[in-house]
Amino acid sequence: MLSAQGFGGPGKMKEYHYAGAVENRFSPYAFNGGTVLAVAGEDFAIVASDTRLSEGYSIHSRDSPKCYKLTDTTVIGCSGFHGDCLTLTKIIDARLKMYKHSNNKTMTSGAIAAMLSTILYSRRFFPYYVYNIIGGLDEEGKGAVYSFDPVGSYQRDTYKAGGSASAMLQPLLDNQIGFKNMEGVQHLPLTQEKAVQLVKDVFISAAERDVYTGDALRVCVITKDGINEQTIPLRKD
Amino acid sequence: MALEDICCFKDKPTQQLFPFPALETDYHNLELERLKTSQTNWGDPQHIFIPPFPQATPFISRRTSRFRPPNHALTVQRPFPLSHGTTTLGFIFQGGVIAAADTRASAGGLVACPAVHKITPIHSHLVVTSSGSGADCMLWERILIREIRLYELRHKRRLSIRASAKLLSFMLHPFKGTDVCVALTLCGWEKEGPQVIYVCSDGARLQGDIISVGSGSPYAYGVLDGGLSWGLSKEEAISLAREAVFRATHRDAYSGNNVDLFHIDAQGWIQRPREDLKEEYYRELERRSKRRREKKKRDTIESS
Repeated sequence: MLSAQGFGGPGKMKEYHYAGAVENRFSPYAFNGGTVLAVAGEDFAIVASDTRLSEGYSIHSRDSPKCYKLTDTTVIGCSGFHGDCLTLTKIIDARLKMYKHSNNKTMTSGAIAAMLSTILYSRRFFPYYVYNIIGGLDEEGKGAVYSFDPVGSYQRDTYKAGGSASAMLQPLLDNQIGFKNMEGVQHLPLTQEKAVQLVKDVFISAAERDVYTGDALRVCVITKDGINEQTIPLRKD
Repeated sequence: MALEDICCFKDKPTQQLFPFPALETDYHNLELERLKTSQTNWGDPQHIFIPPFPQATPFISRRTSRFRPPNHALTVQRPFPLSHGTTTLGFIFQGGVIAAADTRASAGGLVACPAVHKITPIHSHLVVTSSGSGADCMLWERILIREIRLYELRHKRRLSIRASAKLLSFMLHPFKGTDVCVALTLCGWEKEGPQVIYVCSDGARLQGDIISVGSGSPYAYGVLDGGLSWGLSKEEAISLAREAVFRATHRDAYSGNNVDLFHIDAQGWIQRPREDLKEEYYRELERRSKRRREKKKRDTIESS
C-alpha cells in the first residue's frame, strides 16, 4: 500500500521499482484502422471502404480511401497497417505491368488473387499486416470477390468484410445477402441498386459503433462499362 | 518451365532437393533476376523472405503477446491471429478410402470463413486433407501438386503415395522449428491398395488405418473407433465419417458449419455434396424427442 516507508524519495516507490535491464521492444507494425467491404453480384461487383486513417487516439487523415484500382475490372481494398498497404499496392502494380509487358494481356481477377497469395506468403515470417479483399469481374463477366488473410490464404466469396469493423459487419452481411439463419424468406438475387444501398447502410452502422471507421465512404461499382466511384459522408466523430 | 525440362532445353545436372533458398531476400517479390535470365530456372517461383534478426538477447521482454510464435527469433511478433482449428479424418476400408473434414476456419475467436475447402484433390487418385494454419496448408498443397505433376511429366510415371508423403516431408524439413504449422493427411488409392499417410511440419510421417487431425480429432476418434471395421459397405462408411465429424463439430468450438466428404476407390475420387450440419442437428433433436415420446408411451402402457 502507499505507506511512507515505501517511498525512497520524492516520486519513487522503493520496493516496487524494478531495477534490472528492460527491453522496450520496437514493433514494426502500427494499426491504422479502416474497414473494407466487397460484394459480388450477377454482373457487377462493389468494393467499398471508409476514408479515415487513424493511429491510437489520433486521426491522421479524413480522406485516405482504402480502395485501389488495379485494372479496368479489378479493385483491391487494403486495410490494416497503412505502410504495408502502400508498399503492397506498389508491388502489385509493378507485377501487373510486368505481366502486361510479357504476356500482352491484362491480368484477370482470379490471376491477381493467386499472385497476391504468393506475394503475401513469401513474407510468411515477417508478414504484411494488411487485410486484403479483391473485387472484380471474372472472365465470364460475373462478379467475383476474393478475400485474404495477412499471410496469403484466400478464397472466392460472394461478400466479405475486412478491417476493424469486420466482426460487426460480417454477421449483418451473412443475414442480408446470404439469408443465413432466416426461415421462410424468399432468396431474391441481389440487384445493383439494392447492393449499393445495403453497403451504405452497413457502413453507417459500422461508423456508429467502431471508432476507427467513419468520416466518409468511398464506393467503387465495377461493371463491364467500367468503374464508377462515389463518395458519401459518414459520421466525423 | 516444365516443358523446357522435358525437352532438355537446358542441361541442369541435378535437381535441387530443397528448392527453397531460405536466405533469398527478394524484398520486392519482383523476381527480376529470374526474368532476366530464363535459363537459370531455380525450379520454384517461391522465394521466402527470412528477416535478419540478432541472436536471443539477455533482456527481459516485457510485452507478452497472445500470438507470440514459439521460435520467435525467426519471426516478428504478429499483432493478428492466423486461422487454425479443425476436424479432419481419413480411414481405409474394403471399398477404398474415405476423407472427411469440417469447413470452419477460425482466427482467434472469430470465424474467419465458414466455408473453406479443407480437402483438396492432388490427382485423380489422391486427395489431401489439411489442418493447421490455413495459409500454410493452402500454399504447401499447391507446392505438392506442382512437384507431383513435374515428376509425372519428367519420369512418365506417377509417384506412389508413400513417395509423395516422403517428398512433402522433406520439403517441409527446412521449416521445422519455425512458425509454419501444417498437418496434412494424404488419402489415396494405388495398385497396392488404399493408403492413409499423415505428414506434419514437425517432421512426423505416419501411415495408418485411421487418422484424424485437429482440435476436434479426439471426438472423431471416439466415434470412429466405436463403429469402424474393414468390411463396412460404402454407405455405412460414409455415414460413419459424417457422424464422426458431426459429433466433433458439436463438441469442439473451433470446428463447425459443414461436412466435406470424399470417397476414393480404384476409379478415382468422388466428392459428395457439401452438407450443412445445422440440418443434421435439428434432425437429431427430432429423433431424440421422438424416442422420448415413444418411451413415455411404453412406460404408461406397462404401468396400466
